[in-house]
Amino acid sequence: MSIDWTSYPLQGLYDELVNGGGGYRPHAENLLSHLRDMDPSELAARQAAADLAIKEMGITFTVYSEKEGTIDRAWPFDIIPRIIAKSEWDRIERGLIQRVRALNLFIDDLYHEQKVIKDGCFPAEILIDSQNFRPQCVGVNPPLGVWAHICGSDLVRDRDGQVYVLEDNLRVPSGVSYMLENRLVTKRVFPELFEDYAPLPVDDYPSQLFDTLAELSPRAGDCPKVVVLTPGIYNSAYFEHCYLAQQMGCELVEGRDLFVSDEDNAVYMRTIDGPARVDVIYRRIDDLFMDPEVFRSDSSLGVPGLMRAWKAGKVALANAPGAGVADDKVVYAFVPEIIRYYLDEDPIVPNVPTFRCLYEKERDYVLANLDKLVVKPANESGGYGMLMGPQASRADREKFAALIRANPRNYIAQPVLSLSTVPTLVGKNLEPRHVDLRPFILSGAATRVTMGGLTRVALRKGSLVVNSSQGGGSKDTWIVDGTTV
Amino acid sequence: MLSRVAENIYWMARYLERAEDTARLISVNTNLLLDLPRGVAPGWEPLIAMTGSQQLFRQRYDECSERKALQFLIGDVMNPSSILSSMSGARENCRTIRDIVPREAWEQINEAYLYARDNVATGLSKGGRHAYLKRAILGSQTITGILAGTMNHDQGYQFLRLGRFLERADMTSRIVDVRSSDLLPEQNPELRPYENIQWMSVLKSLSGYQMYRQSRQVRVQRQEVLRFLFLSEHFPRAVQYCLRRLEASLASLARHEPVKRVIAELEQTLHGIDLAALSQEALHQFIDNLQLGLMRIHAELSRVYFPPPVTKKG
Repeated sequence: MSIDWTSYPLQGLYDELVNGGGGYRPHAENLLSHLRDMDPSELAARQAAADLAIKEMGITFTVYSEKEGTIDRAWPFDIIPRIIAKSEWDRIERGLIQRVRALNLFIDDLYHEQKVIKDGCFPAEILIDSQNFRPQCVGVNPPLGVWAHICGSDLVRDRDGQVYVLEDNLRVPSGVSYMLENRLVTKRVFPELFEDYAPLPVDDYPSQLFDTLAELSPRAGDCPKVVVLTPGIYNSAYFEHCYLAQQMGCELVEGRDLFVSDEDNAVYMRTIDGPARVDVIYRRIDDLFMDPEVFRSDSSLGVPGLMRAWKAGKVALANAPGAGVADDKVVYAFVPEIIRYYLDEDPIVPNVPTFRCLYEKERDYVLANLDKLVVKPANESGGYGMLMGPQASRADREKFAALIRANPRNYIAQPVLSLSTVPTLVGKNLEPRHVDLRPFILSGAATRVTMGGLTRVALRKGSLVVNSSQGGGSKDTWIVDGTTV
Repeated sequence: MLSRVAENIYWMARYLERAEDTARLISVNTNLLLDLPRGVAPGWEPLIAMTGSQQLFRQRYDECSERKALQFLIGDVMNPSSILSSMSGARENCRTIRDIVPREAWEQINEAYLYARDNVATGLSKGGRHAYLKRAILGSQTITGILAGTMNHDQGYQFLRLGRFLERADMTSRIVDVRSSDLLPEQNPELRPYENIQWMSVLKSLSGYQMYRQSRQVRVQRQEVLRFLFLSEHFPRAVQYCLRRLEASLASLARHEPVKRVIAELEQTLHGIDLAALSQEALHQFIDNLQLGLMRIHAELSRVYFPPPVTKKG
């Protein structure tokens, strides 16, 4: 028995590998015909091998449950890779570089002259409402003028094949370690595919990350001291913090390992050989917990005086404090204008069409079409406080209409996208499951994009939720050059 | 190496050693009670005293029955030196430094902890106790072996040894202290026959009986046992041996002078006294001084190498 692609249930969605009627997309041809000739039980055995490899390699994520406390869970992984043609990826890559360059210019402007507001391109009242604007950062000049050194932008593809940016994560985006580990696992379970394809390698990310961080060092010299600052073992991304520190050959530190000297305002870590100066901190702690002297005074995760050291130029922080101002959902709606304003270019990868309730015309449209739209508040994440129009009850829609009228600035609305799918192993069958893609963009002296990114997949049938804590898994992502297929 | 990481390694080792030593104590006491006549048998209070937690015990339990004492010493998570708490402490310290500790060692620590946690009832039962305690001791020794065989013997490893030998020296001195002072009156000829048994139990709780016989070739008697347990340079649970190991580990660490000084002082205390001539009272005083010395070593290690204590704000 083998797999019959003509019976693959596309259901009018866009599949990344399968064309309508059982046809193959050109870049997927080798993979799909290989899978077609494979016995389904063989496929299940490969998945079991992958699951075992993940357990052995200790690839985990941390979840907190009331009953069991903190537990490490094996990372859910599906063995069928998601493939993107290099020609398409090149365009996306250019689009991401363009986007992050513009966002960095935007952040820098907001903390200095605010020309974008003075020129009428961005409304001042949105900045005033922003929960991620940090007045403490006004006037600061971070090295190279870059604020968001590591950005994770979520991409989705709609029914018509168009790729959109769904959101930008400019604070502490996570997931890159799983992108790297997914490739290792796929090499173990599908080595023969690597003969047909030569997916472009992803594993230089840790060294690129290190280079990006090292470039920020305030001290001249060959060996800047770079550390990874973690909130600790209870953080859901602790595995990744450990992993990146190991891969970069850096110390993994917690807030209490560091202190700021009153004498020179520099940051030191406490080692058994005495204090050691730190030049660059890749911090995986939110702004508000970073420095109890400036932000939340009850935070025990941070380092008192860290902002002082950063402002004095004695230490570099990546991402810079305050970079999150550019990733709230209302700011997102302005990114196309932001790109045009700073770069005088049209966006290469578009935003999801977004209606800004701030503007009367757009608001009227939203209120008239609540049953067709997703409504999102500015400062919530993880899907909280959202209205899914088509599924919502009349009462819920009325509740949201009132909320929007009361505080229009706080809401945006978007059409409901039907995320593209990728064949995913369910038992012994391959079924379509929805995916997104999170590439990571590094900005230092140069801007670099990961080759592909982390493909997250909603493992439940019909589900659009790709989050690992809610039944999501992930796939290896291959960028393949047409000439090598 | 980060000070915090060094401290975690150090405490991981101390907790592992503590779990093992507590298991040994319970095991030997169980046997001793079977040998001593009723009325003379010391019961379980001395063990509570050894771990220095009489007050806590009295707060939590109304009487010192065998069952309650064992509950306290084996599975009470409110008792910081119970076997379960020690295993849990070792595991928690290891968890934060998983990038430093070899994976197999972490897995073994995890397994030992889970066993200790899931089988407390077995440990409390008369029939299952032996197996439970043996497993705790073996678990700790397996981890020590894995670490010796797979971890880089670098600075981090020295902190492992520092933790282990300091805890061990501490436990040895506590055992001698309590066992020698607790119950058998010195000048009670009626109880003479049992004195030997008691000193044998001291040796046995340190797995030292066989080694004592090999190195001393005399019958078990107070002064020889004391010399053996305090001054032997070859028996790995003797205080002198532990101090030598501490010195050896310190040698490969920078900034060790202040700690070495404290150890040297303690060695003077150790050798500046004729153990055989000590009365029970004087022996107790001597051990008190010894323990203060061990505490000073810990305090100096902390001061020189570990992060400053967290000061909570607000």
